Amino acid sequence: MQGFLSILDSAAGALLWGFLLTIVASAAAITSGALLGIVFGLALTFGGPVLAFPFRVVVDVVRGTPLLVLILATYYMPSGLGLSPGPMTAGIIALTIFCASHVGETLRGALLAVPPAQTDAGRAIGLTFLQMLFYVLMPQAIRQIAPNFVNTAVEIVKGSSLLSAIGVGELLLTTQEVIGRTFRTMEFYALAGALYLLINLVLSTGGAWLERHFRIR
Amino acid sequence: MNYVLNFGAVFRGFDDLLSGLALGLAMGLAGLVAGALIGIVAGYAAVFGGRPARVVVTLYVGFIRNVPILVLALFAFFALPQYGIRFNNTNTFAAVLAIYAGAYLTESFRAAIATIPKGILEAARSIGLTGTGIAIWIVLPIAIRNALPSLGNNFISLFKDTSIAAVIAVPELTFQARKINNESFRVIEVWLVASGLYIATCALLALALRRLEARFPKF
Repeated sequence: MQGFLSILDSAAGALLWGFLLTIVASAAAITSGALLGIVFGLALTFGGPVLAFPFRVVVDVVRGTPLLVLILATYYMPSGLGLSPGPMTAGIIALTIFCASHVGETLRGALLAVPPAQTDAGRAIGLTFLQMLFYVLMPQAIRQIAPNFVNTAVEIVKGSSLLSAIGVGELLLTTQEVIGRTFRTMEFYALAGALYLLINLVLSTGGAWLERHFRIR
Repeated sequence: MNYVLNFGAVFRGFDDLLSGLALGLAMGLAGLVAGALIGIVAGYAAVFGGRPARVVVTLYVGFIRNVPILVLALFAFFALPQYGIRFNNTNTFAAVLAIYAGAYLTESFRAAIATIPKGILEAARSIGLTGTGIAIWIVLPIAIRNALPSLGNNFISLFKDTSIAAVIAVPELTFQARKINNESFRVIEVWLVASGLYIATCALLALALRRLEARFPKF
């Protein structure tokens, strides 16, 4: 154990850096994915057949493909067109599209679940479409998708470990490098697992707290 | 932008892609069946077990659902052999998939068992069935039927998760696609075909499952 602590001490800097990169990449993907997902959800719900169609295709393609394939495709495919995004950029783009597709699909369901009588009432008091969206539909829809959104966020944090496959030096790749140097396989994989667990527990506890805080009483 | 599509390399490797797809489906199915067994046992424990059983189940579900499956797979493949637990990469991944699926299916079965109407259990008791009899002959068939949609959705997502086995060199679809990618550099073609295969398989599975659900509606 004494031996492991000194090894851990020598690896702590690198691991901390990887841990932060995991958090930064996930946070970037979750926030941009949530914003893009709102666009997806609105287009799917109110876009009509023409505007909704491309979004429908993107959402179905993303939901039918494994995240790892999406990440590998986002990293490799642009090189055929002469573009070469770095692994971090490609990875965050892939996670963002993944997040947006899931948020978009759940938001569509939540918007459709708002009783039509409320839209009628809004129209009766003369609300415009945007006012209806901001004051009637979104406040209810967002509350309804909150638990699902927390799950998606946890999936994104877990999915960020797949970025190690394209060479992003996040927590898992850093862990693998440390193991390559120290041969402490068991300990460092367990540590990486514990750190992912920590991030996700904070996310779900925070999410549950926010849900309680904004619940309609 | 003068990239010319050439599917030659991808079609030469198409047999490998298909065998990879079959391996993925096989691992997904193995994970689903074993995971369902874990889920049924843990689901029963969560509903009918005492406090210690409930705590163990909660810890298992909470731990597995919050750790990336890739970390679990790497741990099982690289760390466990040091302690004499050693399987080949395909079996290791299938086992990890089962434990992973078990955590998700525990929640499904717990809900499916907990929502069985009280009246059915009372009726079973009144015709003289004991606890074990009720658990096997009454609760289990209803629970499996009620959990059917969730089992189906889990199978689709397990099948997609088998792509992660590529990282420990299991020769499934993503592994084969990556191999063609590295050998031929036909980057656009290979990922188009690979994701097309995944999407088509998932769509067919979803279609089949909807029919199965219509055939066996919830109780």
